[in-house]
Amino acid sequence: MTSTALRGRAWKLLEMVTTPLLPSDYLDLVSPLRAGADLRGRIEAVHPETGDAATIVIRPGRGWRGHTAGQYVRIGVDVDGVRLWRAYSITSPTDRRDGRVTITVKAIPDGKVSNHLVRRARPGTLIQLDQATGDFVLPEVKPAKVLYLTAGSGITPVMGMLRDTEFDDVVMVHSAPQPQDVIFRNDLHDLVADGKLRLIELHTDTDGMLDIARLDELVPDWAERETWACGPAGLLDAAEKHWAEHGVPERLHTERFRPGVVVTEDGGGGEVTFSTTGTTVDADGATPLLDVGEKAGVLMPSGCRMGICFGCVTPLKAGAVRDLRTGEITEAEPGVLIQTCVSAAAGPCDIER
Amino acid sequence: MTAIDPTAHLTAEQIEELGRELDAIRDEVIADRGEKDAAYIRKVISAQRKLELVSRGVLLFSIFPPAWLIGTAGLSVAKIMDNMEIGHNILHGQWDWMRDPKIHSTTWEWDHVSPADQWKHSHNELHHTYTNVIGKDNDLGYGIMRVDEDQKWHPFHLGQPLWNFINACFFEYGIAAYDLELGKNLHKRRRKNPEFRARAKAVGRKIRKQVLKDYVIHPLLSGPSFLTTLAATFTANLVRNVWSHSVIMCGHFPEGVQVFERRSIKGETRGQWYLRQMMGSANISGSKAMHFMTGNLSHQIEHHLFPDLPSNRYAEVAVKVRALFEKYELEYVSGPLPKQVFSAWHKVFRLSLPNKKPKVKTPVREQELIAA
Repeated sequence: MTSTALRGRAWKLLEMVTTPLLPSDYLDLVSPLRAGADLRGRIEAVHPETGDAATIVIRPGRGWRGHTAGQYVRIGVDVDGVRLWRAYSITSPTDRRDGRVTITVKAIPDGKVSNHLVRRARPGTLIQLDQATGDFVLPEVKPAKVLYLTAGSGITPVMGMLRDTEFDDVVMVHSAPQPQDVIFRNDLHDLVADGKLRLIELHTDTDGMLDIARLDELVPDWAERETWACGPAGLLDAAEKHWAEHGVPERLHTERFRPGVVVTEDGGGGEVTFSTTGTTVDADGATPLLDVGEKAGVLMPSGCRMGICFGCVTPLKAGAVRDLRTGEITEAEPGVLIQTCVSAAAGPCDIER
Repeated sequence: MTAIDPTAHLTAEQIEELGRELDAIRDEVIADRGEKDAAYIRKVISAQRKLELVSRGVLLFSIFPPAWLIGTAGLSVAKIMDNMEIGHNILHGQWDWMRDPKIHSTTWEWDHVSPADQWKHSHNELHHTYTNVIGKDNDLGYGIMRVDEDQKWHPFHLGQPLWNFINACFFEYGIAAYDLELGKNLHKRRRKNPEFRARAKAVGRKIRKQVLKDYVIHPLLSGPSFLTTLAATFTANLVRNVWSHSVIMCGHFPEGVQVFERRSIKGETRGQWYLRQMMGSANISGSKAMHFMTGNLSHQIEHHLFPDLPSNRYAEVAVKVRALFEKYELEYVSGPLPKQVFSAWHKVFRLSLPNKKPKVKTPVREQELIAA
């Protein structure tokens, strides 16, 4: 018998010992970061960057496969007891010797996860991790000239790139409201002092927003540069238009953060898609999604129809729903299940049925 | 359904107001639910796993009487924790709000021969929706017992104290049979129903796994302590079964708890539903440890009003619920465990015999009973 088969047998036996739990349920008690465990990480330090941004140092579990500069990682953090998942760009270089990775988080107003990470996260906390992903990355062949066009927290993936790979000719145009809002300002100025970066720092509170047409004046050879841009949608839209108009769209790489969820304010419903069966119907904001689905001929799991038995829970893949009992809005995130018998559409949504 | 309706003094408006007040209690807890609650269930789960691990470890040496005693006691407690405070409550969706896929009603499996999904259907859906409605809620006597005067007496019921005792000893098997609706499904035609066969198979799988684990693998691992470990796990299962059975009996069977006619729940409003839960459940009073070991089902009334609120909150909710009982002049059936167990058993004995005095029944009612 091969050793893999032998190990498989041993594991089967162990499962018989621990049933109905799995051996990993017990191993997780002592070694949550071990190889073979669900991917997790431990927060080891939180370093403030600006008044509302901080860098989180994470020791990833043994299953971490590393990342490419510019990629992001999805993390699951328990905020007020609720596990919430968000994506953050990795700001550490790929060859960090201690194997730690960092993300840098800017607290956005009313942002549950970002405020928690910046202001309340403590070293020692376990978080859930996904493998790094994203194609906003540097090419394998080094371009001769590089431009980084960033604004606000859009600097985070680019910082990962700056720390990872040195180029001969790099210009960065970065916008932030005021000097003290510039994340990594000291690091950037160090790079400038070492002659590794030409930095154009714009302060929008005093200078106004960057007019993309000003690029000609700020970086005259911008069209010759391989450009990575990350920031608010307005900036990226303008950049894409500008690069296309000048016939060099292939030189521009952009990264857009998650688009906002459409939630209707007036309690109205929206278009409900039952994606597994390919059914789409209009729903009002007062009819339970269970009824909406059944009326549309979708085979919906159901139970007590009054919110007590949890027999109807179904994944919410996109959009948002409103709890008809409390008015609470639940937005789609991976792993979010809703009780369709007491939830109504709060804007367009996608139910996995 | 009892001769005197203890809710007769309430007007329809009062019942709806009561419903609104209960909704407000629920909303308060939900708004306040958070980190502390999450930490609580995680701590309980972790403690249960450690206790089970240590107890099973000690039982490896169960050939020595002190090890047998300690290991058996630990394993009994661990099994009770698994079924009561952890399993029952997670399977109710009480912790789904944490969005932790490992502590979720859709993924949890417990140390019980009834598979989680089958139990969720018969318990969460049927029992909690139709609480104490004769003919709808099979928990009312589990289909084998007569627990209310208005249920028809049959000579079979003479043996119900014995059935109930046997059911207590092998309670998890009783529950599995009950979830399968075995009595109904063993009829020739239904036996072949593919849906029933699939469910029966799932139960068989779980029984096989549990028996293998408790009565073969762990005793074998104990080597020379084979027989004593076997006795220990059997005892732990027995203790867990008798304990759960006692707690469950106290929830709906003690004297003073109401049962309802099928007809009475037609077009039931939210307030009326709440009222039925209030009148159909009974509590056990006692210490914190007592509440914990019952999985907080000692707060059965609160659990039936709010089956999806985290169990660690029932104690604080109970104070407010009790105040509402007083305000609306309703009887809050509660008492210490021995008293409630005695009361429930007393009823089992009493109703094993036909009713003493034939009650005067209206023709409508008679028809209803025949229909039921």
